[in-house]
Amino acid sequence: MLSLPPGLRHRLREGPPLPPVPPLPPVPPVSRAPPPSSAPPPSSAPPPSSAPPPSSAPPPSSAPPPSSAPPFAFAPRRLRLGPHHPLLEDGDVHRHLYLQGVLTSLAEVAEKPKVSEFSCHISGCCQAFDTLEGYEHHYNTLHRNVCSFCKRSFPSGHLLDIHILEWHDSLFQIMAEKQNMYKCLVEGCAEKFKSSKDRKDHLVTVHLYPADFRFDRPKKVKSGPKHVSSPRKQGGSMLMDVSMETSEQFQVDPMEIGPSENMEIPQPAASPGPSVPEERLYKSRIPSTICFGQGATRGFKGPRKKV
Amino acid sequence: MPAAPPRARPSSASSPRPCPLRVLPTPRPRGPPRPGLSLLLLPAAMWGRRRYGAGLGGRGAEELRARRREREAALRKARRQEQLVSKRLLREDTTAEEGGQDGAEIMPDPLSEDEVLELLRGVQSGSEDRKRSLSCLRWALRNKETQQKFVRLEGSIRTLIGLFTSSLADMQMEAARCLHELSHSSDPAVAEACLPVTSYLLTYLSGHSIEFTELCLYTLGNLVVESEAVRKQLLPQGIIPVLASCIQSPHEAVLEGLGYVLSQLLQAKEAPTEIIPLVLDSVLPQHMLRLVCSGLKAGIGAAVEFAWCLHYIICSHTANTALLSLGALPALTSLLLDLASEIPEDAPEGLELLICPVLRCLSNLLAEETGCEVQIQDERLLIALFLILQCFLQQHPFIVQECLWLLNNLTADEHFFCSALLSLDLLPALLQLLPCSQMASMLVLTILCNIAEKGPAYCQQLHQQPALPLLLPTLALPDPKVVGQCLELLHLLFLHWPEAAADFVRQGGHQALEQHQSTPELQERARALLDIIGQPLGASAFSPCHAMLSAFS
Repeated sequence: MLSLPPGLRHRLREGPPLPPVPPLPPVPPVSRAPPPSSAPPPSSAPPPSSAPPPSSAPPPSSAPPPSSAPPFAFAPRRLRLGPHHPLLEDGDVHRHLYLQGVLTSLAEVAEKPKVSEFSCHISGCCQAFDTLEGYEHHYNTLHRNVCSFCKRSFPSGHLLDIHILEWHDSLFQIMAEKQNMYKCLVEGCAEKFKSSKDRKDHLVTVHLYPADFRFDRPKKVKSGPKHVSSPRKQGGSMLMDVSMETSEQFQVDPMEIGPSENMEIPQPAASPGPSVPEERLYKSRIPSTICFGQGATRGFKGPRKKV
Repeated sequence: MPAAPPRARPSSASSPRPCPLRVLPTPRPRGPPRPGLSLLLLPAAMWGRRRYGAGLGGRGAEELRARRREREAALRKARRQEQLVSKRLLREDTTAEEGGQDGAEIMPDPLSEDEVLELLRGVQSGSEDRKRSLSCLRWALRNKETQQKFVRLEGSIRTLIGLFTSSLADMQMEAARCLHELSHSSDPAVAEACLPVTSYLLTYLSGHSIEFTELCLYTLGNLVVESEAVRKQLLPQGIIPVLASCIQSPHEAVLEGLGYVLSQLLQAKEAPTEIIPLVLDSVLPQHMLRLVCSGLKAGIGAAVEFAWCLHYIICSHTANTALLSLGALPALTSLLLDLASEIPEDAPEGLELLICPVLRCLSNLLAEETGCEVQIQDERLLIALFLILQCFLQQHPFIVQECLWLLNNLTADEHFFCSALLSLDLLPALLQLLPCSQMASMLVLTILCNIAEKGPAYCQQLHQQPALPLLLPTLALPDPKVVGQCLELLHLLFLHWPEAAADFVRQGGHQALEQHQSTPELQERARALLDIIGQPLGASAFSPCHAMLSAFS
């Protein structure tokens, strides 16, 4: 147990630093001048093997510390230690014991709050939960970053924005003919490309993304003058977009930027849902556990809400 | 492939101690839930939302100590080979899973190849059983052999990734947990099988589910340390910009996970050339500093991680100008003062995990040769150091050398801290640390040399302490390095304050020195000192007005 003088804690807590204690006068040692307080001793002959006095006595205020003469070698210096220095070993070991969960302080676990079962309140969604985390995750996966045009959901706002731009913005198609508009998906990369394919090549070669990256599927554009954007009110062109997509959509999870070619996870067989209008041409392909937000109307009725 | 320290199977978990909860009624929200909802509902515990790794538990205390000693020995060995690598495991705490009256954690037995295959098929099917198969798989994957069998099956990882990237939220979460178990494996083949998932892990970091994001972060952090090849993939995939966005999250659990990933990245061998420059180019450093300094209020878990991150950056000695210009030195000093004033009454457990890297950062920043001399002149820093020493000396003796290193750097050049140490009457406490360990002895003696070197007034105070009764026994220690440092100190003392030499002789110093006349690294200095003290008895060397001398003649 270390014994300390009293009142330290008080001094620590009591606010601004005290004015610095004036340092004790650094009288140069070599002159062997006695400290002012004591009576002057007779001058002493320097011992034979000690350092010879330097040629000039350095002035007190800026005296560099005289270096010790051999065989004494001490000179004060600040230590700079690298990551593998032995002095740091014990602390590093302690840190890693913590990471490995071995320290007792981490064996205690907080209890999660218990909630009784409740259901998602987004209209049209029927999922139920018994934990808040489960609900939060469901909400974020399905309802948060949802394209209000086509109801697909995305893992992030970033990908949603790109999707809306590339799929639902008629101006985008026009501009894409003239300049590079397809943005790289990687955050921090400012590159743009003239086509979806070029972007994919970039993702694969520069960013080492998998070639079948799920959130970069190209939009399939059907040929035909119907789909050329003309200045119409937005609702009209969106109808076209939605109808264009109907045949490909929702065989798969709605999280793609584009439809997927091969589905690796077979969807559960759709159970007959609540009665829906005839216009829902593809109801049989929607998995029963998927519910879509914003009323989930689709088809020729058009979306309820614009972005 | 660096040898990872062995990860013993988790033995048991202590039963959770009840923590104060903020109990909420069943939610009946009207509108969409606020994004931060989960955070509000967390119990007000420091680190406690999840249990990390293999917890300790109800089995015998002796077994626990033995296990800990084993782990420690393995870590030490790895560290000496400069291959210190650890992974962190995040597990759901459902008591049902943990089983056992005493909270003992059950490790499942390995499954056979056929059983694993059956689980995989169950997961791939479209049936209602899929969810159950996936949960069984997650449980089974706690076993290392099962992990190995699983990754060898064709299509297994592809299936997991498919589920991981689906929008079936609960399946996605279970798949994420499976991947996390795999990422934690000590078998490189298993962890590397997870590589195809990294681009998705990064994509999901910009999501909003706290629990899911946290899981992705720890999985990522485990994969990061696997090999340089992994990092060579993650860097071009944009891990640094993603982390830089993520660090602006308000959620403590996410921040702690983020700190973990960064700390793993920064420990890489190639970090000084490949990773630190990218980090410095981003907004990460200022946020790290902010999060470390607000740790006491906002979240100690995250502060601990980022403090270690700062330490790894600073001790690479490539970044310190940048950090100094961010105001790291005053900020961290202020933090240390705050930390010291918290102990021991309100100190949360594990505070030493934060204090240690902060001490190191300060020491190394002070040692930076930037041309302009960096200085802190606040004597409360000394008070803080000694309070920390007092608090942790017994339980965490490693703190001694960490504190003394800083003390050396404070006292080496400037008179300020030497004076303050004396005027605050901290010298006795410093001397009490002499016998702690070999490293402590060296450091204490070095600090005493720093003080003595400043001149006669300092030596006088040292001598009057009295220092000699403690230095004499030090001369008898077996370690020549320690003895050598002691000789240096005596030389300085006698040089500046000759009275000390007389007392030294009176206390038997002559004999203490003589024993070293034939030790190679000590003999020159020992003889030099013998010469100094062996002056002819004429009191010429000594002040006649010191009453003590009457005993001499």
